[in-house]
Amino acid sequence: MTDELVTIEVDGRELKAKPGTMLIDVTDAAGINIPRFCYHKKLSVSANCRMCLVEVEKVPKPLPACCTPVNEGMKVSTRSPMALGAQKGTMEFLLINHPLDCPICDQGGECELQDVAVGYGSDVSRYSEAKRVVPQRDIGPLIATDFTRCIHCTRCVRFGAEIAGVRELGATGRGEHMTIGTFVEKSVDSEMSGNVIDLCPVGSLTAKPSRYKARAWELTQHDSVAPHDSVGSNIHVHTRNNRVVRVHPKENESINEIWLSDRDRFSYEGLNSEDRLTQPMVRKNGEWQEVEWQEALEFAVKGLQSAAGSDGDQLATLVSANSTLEELYLAQKLTRGMDSGNIDHRLRQSDFRLDGNDSPVPGLGITIQGIESLDAALLVGSNVRKEQPIIAHRLRKAAKSGAKVSFINPLWIDLHFEADQFVSTPAVMVDNLASIAKAASAKLTGNLAKLVKAAEVSETAKSVAEQLKSANNGVIMLGNQAAAHPDYSLLVVLASAIAEATNTSLSYIPALSNSVGAALAGALPHRGPAASLVEKCGANAQMMQSKPRKAYLLMGAEPGFDFWDPSLINSALDQAECVVALTAYHSESLASCADVMLPIAGFAETSGTLVNAEGTWQSFNGLVKPQGDARPAWKVLRVLGNLLDIDGFDQNSSDDVLEELKSHAAETAIDNSVSTKTAGELNSSTEGLYRIGDVPMYASDALVRRASSLQRTNSAEPAAVRLSANQAKSSDVEEEETLVVVQDGNRAQLPLIIDPRVPDGAVWISSALPGTEKLGGQFGVVTLEKA
Amino acid sequence: MKILNNPLQARNKEEIFSEEIRQDIDCWIAKYPPEWKQSAVMAALRIMQDDNGGWLTTELMDDVAEYLDMSPIHVYEVATFYSMYELKPVGKHKICICTNIACMINDSDSIVKHLKKKLEIGFGEVTEDGRFSLKEVECLGACGGAPMFQIGRKYYENLTPQVVDSILDGLE
Ligand code: SF4
Ligand code: FES
Ligand code: FES
Repeated sequence: MTDELVTIEVDGRELKAKPGTMLIDVTDAAGINIPRFCYHKKLSVSANCRMCLVEVEKVPKPLPACCTPVNEGMKVSTRSPMALGAQKGTMEFLLINHPLDCPICDQGGECELQDVAVGYGSDVSRYSEAKRVVPQRDIGPLIATDFTRCIHCTRCVRFGAEIAGVRELGATGRGEHMTIGTFVEKSVDSEMSGNVIDLCPVGSLTAKPSRYKARAWELTQHDSVAPHDSVGSNIHVHTRNNRVVRVHPKENESINEIWLSDRDRFSYEGLNSEDRLTQPMVRKNGEWQEVEWQEALEFAVKGLQSAAGSDGDQLATLVSANSTLEELYLAQKLTRGMDSGNIDHRLRQSDFRLDGNDSPVPGLGITIQGIESLDAALLVGSNVRKEQPIIAHRLRKAAKSGAKVSFINPLWIDLHFEADQFVSTPAVMVDNLASIAKAASAKLTGNLAKLVKAAEVSETAKSVAEQLKSANNGVIMLGNQAAAHPDYSLLVVLASAIAEATNTSLSYIPALSNSVGAALAGALPHRGPAASLVEKCGANAQMMQSKPRKAYLLMGAEPGFDFWDPSLINSALDQAECVVALTAYHSESLASCADVMLPIAGFAETSGTLVNAEGTWQSFNGLVKPQGDARPAWKVLRVLGNLLDIDGFDQNSSDDVLEELKSHAAETAIDNSVSTKTAGELNSSTEGLYRIGDVPMYASDALVRRASSLQRTNSAEPAAVRLSANQAKSSDVEEEETLVVVQDGNRAQLPLIIDPRVPDGAVWISSALPGTEKLGGQFGVVTLEKA
Repeated sequence: MKILNNPLQARNKEEIFSEEIRQDIDCWIAKYPPEWKQSAVMAALRIMQDDNGGWLTTELMDDVAEYLDMSPIHVYEVATFYSMYELKPVGKHKICICTNIACMINDSDSIVKHLKKKLEIGFGEVTEDGRFSLKEVECLGACGGAPMFQIGRKYYENLTPQVVDSILDGLE
């Protein structure tokens, strides 16, 4: 095809376009409106609704603009009597079976059918016969269905096939009997399912959690950024009466396009959970009491000062990387202001042996959009589809256009694209990577050189190495389970050496919404703001727990659920003299070990900035008032800083804090360089039954753990012990039996599920779920006993 | 679009159907380019339907989906679209009577009435003895002989109640 443009005329206006472009794309770009239902710019053209009919000169019949390619000299009229007649006729047919129940329909006021009917339809209906009715169907807790309203545009069906990668909805039957649905009783389980709500042009698919909560015109729309994964999807938060009613995606082609994961869409429900902490609380003589801010703050300051005394090292600060940049910056400033270097956001990491030689600002290293143009990717320790649905969506696009994707994982994962998976116990994962390193002739020294030398080069390792080598644009990505791996340092160095040898790039998929920001803000024991190495290195998250300190400051983290080893953090906090927790929730897990709980604002209640996986800084405003007496965490930290007499805590707004950080870190980019070629000994072992503790999609942070609708989906499975059939046999246990898991002396009773996704020699026990909050590390040896 | 990158979860293709059925379906798969093996879905459904006494269960459709690497809903769509597939048990003789325009003008209504009365069943139902079931269908392309019906693989044209009686009485 030539690049030359053709000239067409639409309603008397001259337009230029590439030949072969569909007419509707040309008119859309020129701002000429043509009504449509089935056409959607992100989906394939199905041309089944016929709403977009227009008149084209010399063609006797009206043509659908969505599937009519333009060519030189074409004369189109979108408003001629023929076009208008065709549009009006289509509209009349579409409304024949439509219930016209707008007054009780959630879509009312933002309905494409309503809008187009007003613009192109007739004002009275000539149809007085019976209309068809489709019985109610339940497709899960997120999407409400009223298929009687469906106009069979098939956008939802195409979304499943083309975007979500799982065909869950379909059109069964034909003619008047055609209905959209799952045919069999089944819920729609895709991690991106909520997008069909936006795609559906009528009220056939609407959001269940916000059903009947507000009319579209009563809502105020605000821009914000999603607070869970490291994509930082752009969102519209819709509020009414100072409450978040729902969340929609905001288009940003370079980040989330027009999509949103279900976690980002429905987690807002957790904001209004009964667990919200609305008043400061202190523990006096073992009893929790609600107190005024002043008293709580003084109590906290006194507690911290007397516990830490003059020894800064007695203060340990552990912060969630879902906190804003401003909060993280102030937290590290406060900690360092008290002469302590003990601050860390890497709560789900256990191997810190690389600190100092680690990547200064670990991130994707490429753009999110750039993932699409990869031609080879090796992912290590990542269930990317559940952990980072948008990144998985981009990877899927790459795979569909020919990229070779492979995984080295401790579990088989359900994927929506073609990929090779190498699944093994955690210790063997390291061997597998070493084997690829050997096949790629990666340069390593010391221990790792030995390990690589001893590795056997399998055919699969050779082929992966070959794929990476021959790629023009390849990456090795380290995922969330790699970061939690007991041999993370080995994995990182091996991956970086392979990247170097194959001329691909090393990439990290950060776990949380501000993991990159935490590195920029200096919430690390060995790196200050802008990731510069500090002179006196503090204790890392692991050391702060294994060698208990007297005073702890926690922000946004729940001991039983947000840490690599819940039993370890609990015992450290139990021994402490003073534990101050900044938290949006009153959780059992905190109440049992904290001394002061200061209520902080949650998502959408505070202004701030998040830095996503590719390093884009995205700021947002507070949209609703924090609940009760909660305050934005940055303000709480500022006041604490003042009361502690630390310099530099006089910012008046979160913007001031941001400016201050920017003066250090505005120019700091993602930096994935690793400055060593060796690492320590292998921690993980093949002896005994090895636990694999992933973080389930809907358990990743305090907010989503309290989002009730998400918690009712099939993806939110309760804690269980999962074994392969083989392993169950050799461990002499049976399906559905209740087992006692023993890990480092901690015990938990859980049901057994036989799951073919688990490799032999391993046991899959997810972390961050009720029932596992007393167990040990995410990875490690466990024994199973009969209950 | 099921992705079979998890050998642990997928059944072995051999386990899904019997040797004989597989040969039959594979012969249809071979008629299409490998990446379009889903095109064999209609043949596969027909083969399974014949094998199952004239109708398809959800389990059978799921098996077809798995065998052809399709999502189950995709197979349900095909099976519900074409009127030749039955999703409920049918009689030994499935009477498909056309009520489309040419047949209607030639009084298919009286044939329908006669059949319903004679067999004591309505559309979509099976006689108690399991011998007959009745189904209303659209034009079968035999308008020249309207009114008409199809039983099994055979067309019967220019029907009158008397002709219908003799046809039905002649069947085992
Ligand atoms: S449910 Fe909505 S999106 Fe799906 S076909 Fe019907 S109208 Fe279209
Ligand atoms: S938008 Fe063109 S046919 Fe539906
Ligand atoms: S109308 Fe009955 S066969 Fe054509």
